[in-house]
Amino acid sequence: MECLRKEGVEVIFGYPGGANLPMYDSLKKYPDIRHILVRHEQSAAHAADAYARITGKAGVVWATSGPGATNLVTGIANAWMDSVPLVCITGAVVSWLLGRDGFQEADITGITIPITKHNELVLNVEDIAPAIKEAFHIATTGRPGPVLIDIPRDVQQQLCEFDYPEEVNLPGYQPTTTGHPQQVKKAAQMIAEAERPLILAGHGVVISRAAEELREVAEKAHIPVITTLLGLGGFPGSHELFMGMPGMHGMYWNNMAIQEADLLIGIGMRFDDRVTGALNHFAPKARIIHIDVDPAEIAKNVKTAVPIVGDVKTVLRQLIPHVQPARHDAWLNWIQDMRRDHPSIAIPETNRLLPQYVIKRIYELSGHDAYYATGVGQHQMWAAQFFWGDHPYSFVTSGGLGTMGFEVPAGIGIQVARPHSTVWTFCGDGGFQMTMEELALCTEYELPVKFAIINNQYLGMVRQWQDHYYDGNKQSVRMFQPDFVKIAEAMGITGLRVTEKSQVDSSIEAALQHPGAVLIDFQVEEAEDCFPMMPPGVSLSETIDQPPVEQPEMVR
Amino acid sequence: MTTNRRLHTIVALVQNRPGVLNKIASKWRQRGFNIESLTVGHSEVPGLSRMTFTVDGAAHDIEQVTKQLYKVIEVVKISDVTAEEVVARELALIKVAAAKDSRSQIIEIVNLFRAKIVDVGSDSFVIEVTGTEDKVDAFVNMITPYGLKELVRTGRVAMVRGGTQTVRAPAVNGAEQQKPHRSAGEGKPRVGSLI
Repeated sequence: MECLRKEGVEVIFGYPGGANLPMYDSLKKYPDIRHILVRHEQSAAHAADAYARITGKAGVVWATSGPGATNLVTGIANAWMDSVPLVCITGAVVSWLLGRDGFQEADITGITIPITKHNELVLNVEDIAPAIKEAFHIATTGRPGPVLIDIPRDVQQQLCEFDYPEEVNLPGYQPTTTGHPQQVKKAAQMIAEAERPLILAGHGVVISRAAEELREVAEKAHIPVITTLLGLGGFPGSHELFMGMPGMHGMYWNNMAIQEADLLIGIGMRFDDRVTGALNHFAPKARIIHIDVDPAEIAKNVKTAVPIVGDVKTVLRQLIPHVQPARHDAWLNWIQDMRRDHPSIAIPETNRLLPQYVIKRIYELSGHDAYYATGVGQHQMWAAQFFWGDHPYSFVTSGGLGTMGFEVPAGIGIQVARPHSTVWTFCGDGGFQMTMEELALCTEYELPVKFAIINNQYLGMVRQWQDHYYDGNKQSVRMFQPDFVKIAEAMGITGLRVTEKSQVDSSIEAALQHPGAVLIDFQVEEAEDCFPMMPPGVSLSETIDQPPVEQPEMVR
Repeated sequence: MTTNRRLHTIVALVQNRPGVLNKIASKWRQRGFNIESLTVGHSEVPGLSRMTFTVDGAAHDIEQVTKQLYKVIEVVKISDVTAEEVVARELALIKVAAAKDSRSQIIEIVNLFRAKIVDVGSDSFVIEVTGTEDKVDAFVNMITPYGLKELVRTGRVAMVRGGTQTVRAPAVNGAEQQKPHRSAGEGKPRVGSLI
């Protein structure tokens, strides 16, 4: 506990059990550290994950041995895939029972090897302080990620002289932060030579808090900026150079622009398959500059002309003075023409209750300083497509792992980090039911999270794939829905149901004005597909734009 | 990725802590590599162990895994020494049937290979042989007809020739390594490859 205080920990998300009782016993001595008792350990990891993304500090998770620890696995994997700093401290069975299948024993350090940046079983009380110190250091520096420390119950109980190390001693861990100056100059030279440059900005920009530096580079060299799903919020949405998201459900114009560009500048992103499509047809005309803090990302998926390993913010600061001021009006016009011909996210004029409309109105009515969390699936893609806000670092979603059920605990984690801000959680009706037990936390800890269930009665994204690629054979995608309003009420929060388009604005405003948590069950059009869509396994050039929209309403 | 496949020698300096071998093995397993051989032992620095792997694969894939391995916190340094001038050796113990009429022939082969008979039984020898994989292969081939009973090989250990240190931090964007190389057991073993 003293270690946690030294690290400036304010909040712990956790769940007690037999093997971490000594840790919980010490909580009362630290009234300044807040403990949020979740209803399932997976949610502790997700909430801490969202908390970490918003605050930039490591999220702290406590769980007991065995099932407590194994319940964390999905949450840890989620943080691992999205490079989120977590410090998970699990209790283990007493040390003399380790490896003997004791009650509630699981080899959690073994289990989490592939999904943690580092993990360690601590067997001596003197080793706890250095292990915790190292855990925070490793989790938050370089490419961030989850760290797990497993401590047997008897080791938690032992006493020793408290000696918190000032520094860590990790000969095998020295992440590069500064870009190689020669490479930076080469990159600037390549940018000056380009006629059709594009910036692909990813989560690294958000993690490194480098939105300001990114804007400076883009404006100085007049380069359009595309952000990946996790890069959303790394560049102002209203900026004339902002182009939205690329990839499988990205903007049609972006996918075409990537194929046409002569220079791609990947900044804090990893050329994921959902962004690139078929790699052998990806960006055929482009040279690639790749800036990333993780050397293992360089040349993993695409051939790179100029790799720069370093922290995004630091490297961009190095780059700015070398970048030549330029204009690329012809190139921007090319993209704008593409945009005009392929609006991608036009919403048809209709009285039907469309999910896109609901999401767009929530963005428009919630002011400029709200935060947003999403689950995974169609609603997530719509939420990303319509996210054109200026509030930096305000969009939290499960990108790499694509964890349904992330949304509810994520919204809670954001609200804990930002108690006075508006927090919207876009939920799928499927994902919501995976973690809806956490609604109770909104009442228990007075967290005024606003939940918008985009309820189409289906596992919508799976249904869309079954319709398009499995001859419409809808298997196991339509589900019985409980009465979400009653669930909200049972959990002690306000529930609203919206079935008509005319009720959308009034319900959103009612939710915003209500001081407590609100759940709105938006019963939207059932069979709406998410477009544009790049079919699996093909190149970006084969992206299918949305079908023509008669009388489009609210085209951006 | 069937092109460019060959046997790579990877040398790593790692902190001697519990669980490290598991973490390293996990990185290879995740990417579907089969480790051909692996040796671990203390290095010249207290607390650090040296590991030598041989792994079959394409240079690009191997480079990816070594970068991933470098992320294991306990891995202090790691490098692919395949393209370097290295001294590489392995040791084998071989139990072979030694009937009265073949004993002298076996001893002759042992002497020819500068191997050693380390145990003599009433009807068998245990022979120790050290050398490159080729030499060990050749020796095993020569001795097999006499009745091979048991064989154990340590796998390759390697050290870069001259003053350079064997393990260095990997280059960020390591160039493809194109020097020709012969896999262990590949092609015809030559008796002439004695050292």
